[in-house]
Amino acid sequence: MISEELVNALIENPAVSREEVEDVYRDSEFPVLMVEADAVGAVSEFLRDTEGYEFDFLKNLTAVDFEGHMHVVYHLYSTSLRHKIMLKVQVGREQPVVPSVEPVWRGADWQEREVFDLFGIEFAGHPDPRRIMLPEDWQGHPLRKDYVHEPDHYD
Amino acid sequence: MSAAVDEAKAAGKRIKLEEMYLNMGPQHPSTHGVLRLGILLEGEVIIDTIPDLGYLHRGTEKIAEDRDYMQIIHLTDRMDYLAAMNNNTGYVMVVEKLLEQEVPERAEYIRVIMQELNRVASHLLFFGTYGVDMGAVTPFLYGFRERELVLDLFEMVCGARMTHSYMRIGGVAEDLPSGFAEECKDFIDYFLPVVDEYDELLTYNPIFMDRTIGIGALSKDAAIAYGVTGPMLRASGVPYDLRKDEPYSVYDKFEFDVPTGENGDCFDRYFVRIQEMRESCKIVSQALDMLPPGKHQAKTSRIIKPPPGEAYLEVENPRGQLGYYLVSEGEPMPYRLHIRPPSFVNLQVLPDLLKGLKIGDVIAVLGSTDIVLGEVDR
Repeated sequence: MISEELVNALIENPAVSREEVEDVYRDSEFPVLMVEADAVGAVSEFLRDTEGYEFDFLKNLTAVDFEGHMHVVYHLYSTSLRHKIMLKVQVGREQPVVPSVEPVWRGADWQEREVFDLFGIEFAGHPDPRRIMLPEDWQGHPLRKDYVHEPDHYD
Repeated sequence: MSAAVDEAKAAGKRIKLEEMYLNMGPQHPSTHGVLRLGILLEGEVIIDTIPDLGYLHRGTEKIAEDRDYMQIIHLTDRMDYLAAMNNNTGYVMVVEKLLEQEVPERAEYIRVIMQELNRVASHLLFFGTYGVDMGAVTPFLYGFRERELVLDLFEMVCGARMTHSYMRIGGVAEDLPSGFAEECKDFIDYFLPVVDEYDELLTYNPIFMDRTIGIGALSKDAAIAYGVTGPMLRASGVPYDLRKDEPYSVYDKFEFDVPTGENGDCFDRYFVRIQEMRESCKIVSQALDMLPPGKHQAKTSRIIKPPPGEAYLEVENPRGQLGYYLVSEGEPMPYRLHIRPPSFVNLQVLPDLLKGLKIGDVIAVLGSTDIVLGEVDR
């Protein structure tokens, strides 16, 4: 379990804040921090390289589509210190862009491609930003809540 | 390769060198599913590999948003279809986490027995198909003969050999039938010496060792940076196993070792899995001896409606750590279910591992990652 001091030290960064929760079950193993989209690269590098944090393992990278906005979600783990943390980045639905964390954790490569493919969130600085699951000529992003499938030549 | 070309050119011979694109198409007996690899070759040496996924993409996560919590158990069977018990368990555990649902102890022990037997079955299939990939056809029959015994045990318990859907929210679907414990013990007693036979058959075969030792070595740092999990990570020297480091269910009650490798090459990945089969048998024997009486499923409400919130949970699958991320809005159907597949994340290392190897090593490295495309694509 990551200590409260370490989490509070992170919140001193203006781009990082604790997620506002009201009567919502919180995964106690993963304290949740909201990060501004522009600061993702810097915060990720800080979390990986700073002593005391040492988050060298990206467990999961995915996205959730809410009404009006989307969240990109990162679950992080430290193999040396055995603690966990969760980052969330809020983006809008029109032209969402988030800096890629592939330079920090190489395992983000395909997971970011999958998020782009199924949600349409672009990752700036990703070395290979193309669709991964769906064919290259697919229109639309299926995991969005407002996705409507128009019958095409695949049907 | 290029040195030979330069030499030939210097000797005045007219020689042309071209990069060749070889398509290892979605239909191929050794890709373990529908995986397409575009391989750029210079002669026999691989310059780059471009995997093309999505041939088995069925939109599981989108479908899950339109099914209730009990129906999704059947969807989870079909992702990594060789480890259905483990997939089921991970899913019901994340729902139980959100519901704060207690599971009776007997059900926990039954879950462990089923998961470990499934691990044995999955690794047996890996053993058989890896041998066949390397050209050794005989181990396949031996591996599958034993796997049939495990599938018979599963059929006794839930009626299905592969897509079990045995786990339920709050426990397991049905209690163990009478005679199961004896049959399972007989299987373990029969199986442990047979694993030694496998060592004689394949492990120390000189051709097999030549094709796997030193090939496709994944360093410790690269494995951690890529987020690789499971036997692939342990073969590279990182002893990270969820059953030991963050025990879930009742895994903390059993004594077993976590096999690790040293070099992270294909042989280490293979050997770790053979050792894991032995450890799984140990766990099953202990669980059968310690099986408590009791109920097999806790009482849950008729319609499962977790309170609004989210949870993330990982279980140790035969292929790595399978993660479930569940977001609920208090409805009978989940708002978002994301599955973090171990094979998907493990497969990312393939282009890096294959650089500079020969075309014949593609199968050795790909087989050693032990992927299942149903999980990669969902």
